[in-house]
Amino acid sequence: MSRTARNLIGQIFFYLLVGVILIYTIFPFYWAFISSITPNNQLFATPVQYWPQNPTGQNYALVLSNNNFLIALMNSAIVSVSVTVLALIIGSLAAYALGRFKFGGRSVVLYTVLAMTMFPQIAVLGSLYTMISAFRLYNTLWALIITYMIFTLPFTVWVLTNFFKAMPRELEEAAYVDGATPFQTFYKILLPLAAPGMVTTGLLAFIAAWNEYLFALSFTQTPDKRTVTIAITAFEGVTASSFEQPWGQIMAASVLVTIPLIILTLIFQKRIIAGLTAGAVKG
Amino acid sequence: MSQRVATTSAPPSTGKRTLTLAQSQSRFAWILLIPTIVVVLMVGLFPLAQTFYFSLTDARLASNRPVNFVGLENYLYLLQDQQFFRTVGNTVFFTVVTVGFEFVLGLLIALVINSNFRGRGLMRTAILIPWAIPTVVSAQMWKWMYHDIYGVINDLLVNQFGIFNQNVAFLATNTTVSLFAIAAVDIWKTTPFVALLLLAGLQVIPSDVYEAADVDGANKLQQFFAITLPLLMPAILVTLIFRTLDSLRVFDVFYVMLGNRRDTQTMAIYAQQSLVNFSDLGYGSTISIAIFLIIALFVVVYVTFLKIEEA
Repeated sequence: MSRTARNLIGQIFFYLLVGVILIYTIFPFYWAFISSITPNNQLFATPVQYWPQNPTGQNYALVLSNNNFLIALMNSAIVSVSVTVLALIIGSLAAYALGRFKFGGRSVVLYTVLAMTMFPQIAVLGSLYTMISAFRLYNTLWALIITYMIFTLPFTVWVLTNFFKAMPRELEEAAYVDGATPFQTFYKILLPLAAPGMVTTGLLAFIAAWNEYLFALSFTQTPDKRTVTIAITAFEGVTASSFEQPWGQIMAASVLVTIPLIILTLIFQKRIIAGLTAGAVKG
Repeated sequence: MSQRVATTSAPPSTGKRTLTLAQSQSRFAWILLIPTIVVVLMVGLFPLAQTFYFSLTDARLASNRPVNFVGLENYLYLLQDQQFFRTVGNTVFFTVVTVGFEFVLGLLIALVINSNFRGRGLMRTAILIPWAIPTVVSAQMWKWMYHDIYGVINDLLVNQFGIFNQNVAFLATNTTVSLFAIAAVDIWKTTPFVALLLLAGLQVIPSDVYEAADVDGANKLQQFFAITLPLLMPAILVTLIFRTLDSLRVFDVFYVMLGNRRDTQTMAIYAQQSLVNFSDLGYGSTISIAIFLIIALFVVVYVTFLKIEEA
């Protein structure tokens, strides 16, 4: 076989592989979308249809008029934004200290923070439950905002510390010579420079909070306090038959919940990749 | 804005002066750390200590009954609790299957993306999407695809490709089938993440190493085993440990797809069920501590492996 022929076969095989990977990755989304626009009588029928005969927006209309689902979306937004902002404020202060100062006990704090990024939430579930009950926060969004710090804050501190550490020393020295206090140096000079790092960690914290399930399941009870991950598993469709879950609506809700995350991911993909690898591989 | 220009030259630093500067810097650093330390103590370390305390008692959740100290009774019970060992077995099985598949598939995808081809950026974006969506949502999407009558997977396997004669009830009775079905969801969702971590490792391997190997006449396969794999080893180890830790605490995907089913329970689901559903704060805490110890073992390995450099 000639060299060019072999190259061609290699190329074809390679793009076949690329195609298979893409189909594998995207097909479940395609299927969720197709199911969400398929009328119920075709959805619960065999043989399975790969493209609906008469697509419908009915499932979306039902989901968007479902108050419980809308409240859950709002709750998730409130919790995720609050958690992100809190983690960034508290975390950037700590990261500044860990990234720019030498002091006794620094490495102990760093090791603790790193270990905390892998903390199993289940290990503190019972204790947090009793704390939340003691402070009368059970079934409130506060319970989630406070407890979500356990998986967002250590990660934020760890990644931001690496960002602060990478900044040139001369910046602060120039500021100190100009008579700036350490705190002024922090928020006037270093913080603006850390903005890309803040966006990255903020996004990752937001996504982690938006996707959380265990605490939301354990610390909330009534539909008006549910987050979207709970709502999507507790879907009681309006037109569900007695035997089937309203899969069309569940898929419509899935698509609606996923779209904002996909848009965020597409816009910030470079930053997210940088943040993920900084969080896990940095050594 | 106090942008004063320093008109006087900086005073010459004496030994005493540097010491006070270091001290004041140290104090400032600790002040900055206070909020983080408070939060970590409040939602992490204190609850952990309290969980350990509960594990030595017969405490009940949301109950006014007096709490009795029972010593190691819960731990002795744990060692004979067959359900606990079943959940450990399920979790370990799940971890081995998912981490194994995710590593092999992730490495394949990373190698594909790392080779320069048209549409590379598109592919990198596409594989980020499963990572970004909530596990709960992906679990629901797959639960519908697994449906034993109307599910697309059954249709593909039976009608389109003819691999099986009849529909499979993936999530119904057979424990092994259910565990593999769940593992497939996790593999789909997490392989991209693994691929991205490995890709980051691949991209720091200098290309001149390969050029030298080309000159020496090494073929692609030889290059892979002699260059890529050894140089990628640090990234591989970190990825594997990271994924193992994640898999060992798996909760969402099992809970959404199979609920509290006894035969497929994972460690985290058993603990959550004991704590919240059975209100058994004492024994639930014991299970939690056991999970914590298993995971802590891996964290210690991980942290020592990373070896934070001393500044």
